Amino acid sequence: MTLYFTRDHEWVRVDGEIATVGITDYAQGQLGDVVFVELPVIGDSVAAGKEAAVVESVKAASDVFAPLSGEITKVNEALVDEPGLVNSAPEAAGWFFQLQLSDPRELDGLLDSAAYQAFVATL
Amino acid sequence: MSQSDNEDDIPPAVLPLDGWHRAMGARMVPFAGYMMPVQYAPGILAEHRQTREAASLFDVSHMGQLLVSGEGSAGALEAVTPSDIAGLAQDRLRYSLLLSATGGILDDLMITHRRDGFYLVVNGATRIDDIAHLREELSDDITLNHMDDHALLALQGPQAMAALERLAPGVGRLGFMTAGAFELLGSAAWISRSGYTGEDGFEISLPASHAEALADALCAQPEVAPAGLGARDSLRLEAGLPLYGHDLDEDTTPVEAGLSFAIARRRRQDGGFPGTERIAFELSEGPARRRVGLLVEGRQPVREGALLLDIEGDEVGHVTSGGFSPTLGRPIAMGYAPATLAEPGTRVSLAARGKIFTAEVAAMPFVPHRYVRQGDPS
Repeated sequence: MTLYFTRDHEWVRVDGEIATVGITDYAQGQLGDVVFVELPVIGDSVAAGKEAAVVESVKAASDVFAPLSGEITKVNEALVDEPGLVNSAPEAAGWFFQLQLSDPRELDGLLDSAAYQAFVATL
Repeated sequence: MSQSDNEDDIPPAVLPLDGWHRAMGARMVPFAGYMMPVQYAPGILAEHRQTREAASLFDVSHMGQLLVSGEGSAGALEAVTPSDIAGLAQDRLRYSLLLSATGGILDDLMITHRRDGFYLVVNGATRIDDIAHLREELSDDITLNHMDDHALLALQGPQAMAALERLAPGVGRLGFMTAGAFELLGSAAWISRSGYTGEDGFEISLPASHAEALADALCAQPEVAPAGLGARDSLRLEAGLPLYGHDLDEDTTPVEAGLSFAIARRRRQDGGFPGTERIAFELSEGPARRRVGLLVEGRQPVREGALLLDIEGDEVGHVTSGGFSPTLGRPIAMGYAPATLAEPGTRVSLAARGKIFTAEVAAMPFVPHRYVRQGDPS
């Protein structure tokens, strides 16, 4: 299992052809208290770089982009009743959705942990 | 994920408490021409709850504090507002409106009758325009002091009085919408029992040079923690209080906005304020649209800019403020609806972000006000 990141502050845990996606601790800190998450529908096709979910904080709505293309296989139902999991456990229990990759070559375009940390340091 | 951009041509100015906010861990954002704290480490939800349960300290020094003095000041202010200023007793304050010739709202403000003149507090974003407007409308023998050297702090919440009484003994004797001069940490302060949260609380005007000492002394009280603009907005939304530039603007009239109470009875009869005719018409015939509260179904907030639709799906109104209510645990909003759809209980549709939401018109406030009308005589 490998952990990747995007410059849009999503993390991706890839296990074979299944990818689990969430937002990073940096992102949840920037957002503030999350009050609602709009998740994709199982079976939906998502394209890398396109909006896949919406996270609403007290102040504003933010798009969460699909880091990779594929079909949604699971969504985190726990976020319906407990959107605050995104703040308290962004890289664990606060995951958003899982997808079956349609093009694993897209992984080449993602950042590893060191590159993401370096990127965040510039912000 | 996407992040919003802030585009300001003129770099924001700095509040007297800027360094203090940063030292307290505030996240600063540009607002009303200043860098201001939107939240501190606890976050907006915690700061909101702190205010409803104990007491929060807000820096509202971005707001315009003005002192209008000179002979004829009361009459001069009556020429630009629909208020009874001549009859405003000393040490009392009143919510008022600056009106345009067509009866539109240029700003909402508080006016206090003090011994040294009329003390006005106007919105930060409209401060410059308000000063220009007043300077034009008030005759030259009326002095307009911009009070640039003063800070304004708001202490709000059910424990506010207990905390402030330790620093300003006797402040508990003030009732809601009354004010007085107090010595606070060796400085002359003007304190009114008023606020923008629906809770009991106080607004404290004092020399900017003393603001940091006061902020430290207040936050040293066990009941008090600092709170930022984010919580200020969610609190006032729950309280049903309009925000100028969003729920009120030059195209809204006091009657449409549900602010008829700000039009004094004597002034309704005598007129003599801008927009008299439009307002008289709406008072007698009713306005075509009304500001309404909206309880949004589901959990997703519906925000400013969302459209209000009638049963045919036609746009008949819009949302002017919206967000999540921490006290109610659900999304709430404010907007304008046709008078025919403005009755509490009416179900309406809202369109936002390519989706349709259902909402129910609700009376405001969403969370009851808890003003302390009578001060404690002891």
